[in-house]
Amino acid sequence: MKSAVLVFPGINRERDMARALRMISGHEPAMVWHAETSLPKGTDLVVVPGGFSYGDYLRCGAIAARAPVMDAVRDHAAKGGLVLGVCNGFQILCESGLLPGVLMRNDRLKFICKDVHLRVERSDSPFTRGYNAGQVIRVPVAHGEGNYAADEETLKRLNGDGRVLYRYCSADGEVGDLSNINGAAHSIAGIVNENGNVLGMMPHPENHVEDIMGCTDGRGLFAGLVAHLDRAA
Amino acid sequence: MKARVTVTLKTGILDPQGKAIEGALKSLGVDGVASVRQGKVFDIELAGADKAKAEAALKAAADKLLANTVIENYRVELLG
Repeated sequence: MKSAVLVFPGINRERDMARALRMISGHEPAMVWHAETSLPKGTDLVVVPGGFSYGDYLRCGAIAARAPVMDAVRDHAAKGGLVLGVCNGFQILCESGLLPGVLMRNDRLKFICKDVHLRVERSDSPFTRGYNAGQVIRVPVAHGEGNYAADEETLKRLNGDGRVLYRYCSADGEVGDLSNINGAAHSIAGIVNENGNVLGMMPHPENHVEDIMGCTDGRGLFAGLVAHLDRAA
Repeated sequence: MKARVTVTLKTGILDPQGKAIEGALKSLGVDGVASVRQGKVFDIELAGADKAKAEAALKAAADKLLANTVIENYRVELLG
């Protein structure tokens, strides 16, 4: 799997992401500066990592979403290429129009930095094939604006078309107000676009991939992508 | 030419920041505050004196960047 990690000013999770990709795919990811107008040839997966691009000025992800490299990402996605946005990357994908909706301020106004449980809603997507449907995984979150919102029509389509891949849940997989950490509509933690090749999620799977991190539940996401591409090849 | 673009949250969109400000005003004893919604103001200086061009430029600025029209409305004013 050849991956490219985008780098914007103010991003700070790009090296965690690169480390996870290197370890699980066995290939060194390319680090692509935001002012570039193209992606390295043969890129399978574009990753928009987490952090605070442009200091979260204006709105989270708003300025990064208009960077030159995003046109290349749009082309890549339009051709069916895989795109993964994590945390600020999810916000950037929403602001760029690659995913619907918006990430609003957490409903209790606090920055949340802790491990959460996610329920994997289906296993037949490139982004979840490393898991079983209904499986509960534990991954960290670190965000102040992760409260997913969209109009009713959009939410209905996301739910009806199986485009919600990850939801916040309790340790035993129960979805409800108690486990919905940030007030997100329908406990949404991660969604895909209509074609299923662009995923945005608030939690950080790249931070639970090695034993030293205390948990390796995030590995499945990356291992699933590698398996998906191997099968397609 | 000077102009102002005001961006506000659409009706019905939850505004936790506005709610927190509302609570703070009430706890400060400011009387008569029924509710608070917060937003953003952009003061912009434009080159040239053509009003129609200025309005078009400001609208483009708001649509492309200043507002996220999924959740926000905006208002453009030319201040002369």
